[in-house]
Amino acid sequence: MEVKKHTIKLIVHNKPDVLARIAGVFSGRGFNIESISANITREPEVTKIRIVTKGDSSTVTKIQNQLKKLVDVQSVSHVRDSKYGQREMVLMRLKLTDENRDNIMKMIDTCECKIVMKKGDYCVIEATGSVEDIQDLVNRFEPLGIEDLSRSGTVAL
Amino acid sequence: MKLKGAQILLRALANEGVDTIFGYPGGVVLDIYDEIYKSKFKHILVRHEQGAAHAADGYSRASGKVGVCLVTSGPGATNTVTGIVTAYMDSIPMVVFTGQVTTALIGSDAFQEADITGITRPCTKHNFIVRKVEDLARTVKEAMYIARSGRPGPVLVDLPKDVSQSETEYQESGPLKTPSQNPIYIPDLSALNEALQMIKQAKRPVVMIGGGIILGKASEDLKAFIDKVQIPVTHTLMGIGAFPGTHPLSLGMPGMHGTYYANMAITDCDLLLTIGARFDDRVTGKIDGFAPNAKIIHIDIDAASINKNVLVDLPIVSDCKSALQQLNKMLHQNHFTYPEKERKAWFEQINAWKEYAPLSYCLGNTIKPQQVIEELYRLTNGDAIITTEVGQNQMWAAQFYKFDRPNTFLTSGGLGTMGYGFPAAIGAQIAFPEKTVIDIAGDGSIQMNIQELATAVNYNIPVKICILNNGFLGMVRQWQEIFYDKRYSQTIVEQVPDFVKLAEAYGATGLRATKPDELEAVLKKGLSTPGPVIMDIAVEPEEGVYPMVKPGSPISDMDLGR
Repeated sequence: MEVKKHTIKLIVHNKPDVLARIAGVFSGRGFNIESISANITREPEVTKIRIVTKGDSSTVTKIQNQLKKLVDVQSVSHVRDSKYGQREMVLMRLKLTDENRDNIMKMIDTCECKIVMKKGDYCVIEATGSVEDIQDLVNRFEPLGIEDLSRSGTVAL
Repeated sequence: MKLKGAQILLRALANEGVDTIFGYPGGVVLDIYDEIYKSKFKHILVRHEQGAAHAADGYSRASGKVGVCLVTSGPGATNTVTGIVTAYMDSIPMVVFTGQVTTALIGSDAFQEADITGITRPCTKHNFIVRKVEDLARTVKEAMYIARSGRPGPVLVDLPKDVSQSETEYQESGPLKTPSQNPIYIPDLSALNEALQMIKQAKRPVVMIGGGIILGKASEDLKAFIDKVQIPVTHTLMGIGAFPGTHPLSLGMPGMHGTYYANMAITDCDLLLTIGARFDDRVTGKIDGFAPNAKIIHIDIDAASINKNVLVDLPIVSDCKSALQQLNKMLHQNHFTYPEKERKAWFEQINAWKEYAPLSYCLGNTIKPQQVIEELYRLTNGDAIITTEVGQNQMWAAQFYKFDRPNTFLTSGGLGTMGYGFPAAIGAQIAFPEKTVIDIAGDGSIQMNIQELATAVNYNIPVKICILNNGFLGMVRQWQEIFYDKRYSQTIVEQVPDFVKLAEAYGATGLRATKPDELEAVLKKGLSTPGPVIMDIAVEPEEGVYPMVKPGSPISDMDLGR
């Protein structure tokens, strides 16, 4: 069966150890977490978690069935090509030197990134897009000198 | 009126119908023990916390009720972990209360502090740490509910010392707020109908049942179903007793040490109806060779158990009782037919397998372990609760004692815990003081929780321990004989205590048989002596458990040991 990335969405009770329980299902049963994002919802007692994992479709079903057994998990669903899309955000800190400054500014313009902070010798930029867009963006900036970066993981409706 | 946390705990437990606790006191549970002192609770003081967990487990398996134990923080809590995993692997409802250091000290590496909720997260169905006394009553109710509902399992509740000391108004807890725990009880009717059509058409059907029948209290429904459809039944280790072992349609156990005819029937069948079993690797052998010609129907309460190890043709998520009751109703309403000629040929084939390789052994100049089990079966008229340790003793007990009732064979199937049988027997005997309870043990495994002999003597719990003493760690020795060219590395138990004297030192009765002609008298005397008894039976040292399927082989590929 085809191995590919899948996004699983969980609605859980907002308890201190709920993330540890979920992570434990993955580690204990030999599944893999590619990325994870967790946020509050409009109800303070409820948290929404999205996990991107890799596997064939039967593995993803097995993961979902195991997650559903957790007492603090209210619902588990497999986010299939959502019509709202799956988005990710990235923050990158770039070193500015006399040699690369112009190239970086040009790239920022072309890629429609936003500068969130700029000092004499570095700047921090922000971008959102599909997972593929963000990967593409990181690949483009890589030769120009990324000092640090942070990706949010997938956010989906 | 305001009550202390310790009082609230006991009141909440009493409200859940709990009257028996297996436990061991310590610093942070002093307040709870002070309330137990003043209460009517029956508290059994074990001699090691692992014993408390196994005893609560045995109590649960024998009675069908939730077993409860109470221990202190740190080492008290960690000592229960093997017992918790044992219960988890076999889906046994149990609630373990552990003391914890005061909430203000949590995380400071305080004396006797252990992160027991962190440690047991992967091996409990759920666990709690109660941080406010106001949450205590509701947490107890939730823990008991989670333990027994759906696919049962152990739940741990961690109780910081200040929570049991502080006071609050006691309030009866309202309805539970755990919607995710509402198990699916109503089976899909169209799927059951499809199952029935498959059963009607099958020429060579087999039913395989597991522990789910016992946990779901569905034995009577199963028997009614089988009497109607007339299909041979094989039971997993956990399913022993769910269907009468003496029933003409019983094939015994399948798998690694299963019967020749159960394994052949599974291999050759065209329909395998599996109810309340989870296709453990010890049952399936090599997956590709498991029921290769069959359509498989799987009825199980746990959706995660379906299509986990074996891909099935018709999955039905339901508790065993609801599904069987519905099937019985459908059978009652419809005319049931099946291909009679082919079914007749199928039974003839099964009978031929039974005749070719029945469970057997040869009598000799030494006592044979299988002979001990058969003798126990005869002397107890098959009406005892049997617990086992793990290894050869467990397999011979499973093969040679015939169980006709559920909740009478208590064994650590999933985890395979040596040291389980004796404390579990104590728990079972507490649940059924009048019944004969026998722990079938080996000389290795009995030493893993031998300290509980003091508990048995203390409360005059008349458990009978039958040690199949072969001077070896027998099952590992058997593997070394077959796969490691008889290099018996560390399996010869050179220093075995004198079990008769050991029993006497604890204040119990010790008996010994070394020759076949002594066996019957010793067992008779042991079973009729009041109080706890050890029967030390010297058996043939290098006897093996057969049939045996080598790991990685299909179950049709058996060594019959002859």
